[in-house]
Amino acid sequence: MKPQPKGWKEIPIAGVCWMPSEEYQTGDWRTFKPVRDLEKCTRCLLCYIYCPDSAISWNPDKGDIEFDYNFCKGCGICANECPVDAITMVFEQEEKEE
Amino acid sequence: MTVVEQKVFAMSGDEAVAYAVKQSDVDVVAAYPITPQTIIVEKFSEYVHNGEVDTEFICVESEHSALTACLTAAAVGARAFTATASAGLALMHEILYVTSGCRAPVVMAVANRALSAPINIHCDHSDTMVERDSGWIQIYAENSQEAYDSIIQAFRIAEHPDILLPVMVGLDGFFLSHTLENVRILPDETVKGFLGNRKFPLVRNHEGKLVPFRLAPENPITIGPLDLYDYYFEHKRQQEEAMRRASEIIKQVHGEYANVGGRQYGDGLIETYHLEDAEIATICLGSTAGTVKTVVDELRSKGIKAGLLRIRTFRPLPVKEITVALKNVKAVGVMDRACSFGGFGGPVFHEIRHILYDAPVHPHVVNYIYGLGGRDMSYILINQIYRDLERILETNRVEKKVQFIGLRE
Repeated sequence: MKPQPKGWKEIPIAGVCWMPSEEYQTGDWRTFKPVRDLEKCTRCLLCYIYCPDSAISWNPDKGDIEFDYNFCKGCGICANECPVDAITMVFEQEEKEE
Repeated sequence: MTVVEQKVFAMSGDEAVAYAVKQSDVDVVAAYPITPQTIIVEKFSEYVHNGEVDTEFICVESEHSALTACLTAAAVGARAFTATASAGLALMHEILYVTSGCRAPVVMAVANRALSAPINIHCDHSDTMVERDSGWIQIYAENSQEAYDSIIQAFRIAEHPDILLPVMVGLDGFFLSHTLENVRILPDETVKGFLGNRKFPLVRNHEGKLVPFRLAPENPITIGPLDLYDYYFEHKRQQEEAMRRASEIIKQVHGEYANVGGRQYGDGLIETYHLEDAEIATICLGSTAGTVKTVVDELRSKGIKAGLLRIRTFRPLPVKEITVALKNVKAVGVMDRACSFGGFGGPVFHEIRHILYDAPVHPHVVNYIYGLGGRDMSYILINQIYRDLERILETNRVEKKVQFIGLRE
């Protein structure tokens, strides 16, 4: 849930951060969304290493990786680096319509 | 409170500023030399060398760095001062906006000087006029005494918890910066008492806690990192609000200072001279006002209803005060020591015509651009302006709305 934007009388002066940066969700900057083919993916974790936003994490319970779409900006580095082409970048509007 | 006894020193404007800074218990001074400001920091570095102050004096490689050092010092809660002129102020341009945006109460003296090219070291207001929209409070001194008084007041204004805006005090290059004048100096302890220590309003930090607005390891905050289209506009609106509030605070601080120092410059925003019943009046900033007052005295002795309005605080613009002050004037001559190339007259002219648009009776408002690059604004030229205004009043006709005064054709 995105918080309701505040008015100028409510926020601190000088751009002082009034919430931790994790609450400032940058996922809505995304145009293209990475979608993983679970059959092709070898769990090599290269995408996890390359993600500049730390939006890909390793879940040891599932033995699998997870995308955090709240912070993935859709840069496409993961798709570019994937050695088995398991990640495709999907135009998000299209993906929602499907 | 009673007016304190004061010593009189023969000082140049630059020295008077340096002395005011010395008495203001400033924590950090960072500056880069540039004529005609150099003497300010030169003098101040002597105070540092002689152990007369415990200020951290930072020699930097440019004005861009000088202001950056002051801005960051102010952000940790220090009292910071710098001084510059002309190209130095232009080089600070980027950081001027960062300073006001970070609400860092830096005080800066600007020895007003023309901008290149051609290179010119003498006085005009081109350097500060281009920075009028940078979010800095702007005060223009008429003489060295006022430069001294204004610097002390500037710290109180800038650091006021409801304001937190940087202040620049303009003193006309060479006319004030390099000429000796008798300057009354307050006792050190009076200045100390008048200023007190910096106070910090509380702001909400990233953990939702209310903490003092300063960078401190025990209560970490982040100042001014990034705003996109979501919050930038709101922060700019806050700066505008602080500017609006500043008018009252400037008057208040000026009034309190007058109680101690015994000196007043109008209400702190504008100063009027024989304006109450004036039919013709000029408007100017800075040292020119001194000569204009002499001309007004002479004209008055001949029965001519002449007056002067000196704008001391140009930002925030005293709209209400100017409107009231000009209500009976029939012809107004606005004197601009800066040119807005391709614009309709100079920057002060823009403001005055703009303000008078809402006036119930519209006087004639004409513009005289003068004194660029230190060209002398003589007694004769000012007389010429008043004669021109008299002619406008008699004929009820304006031939030229914008004129250049003291220029060879």
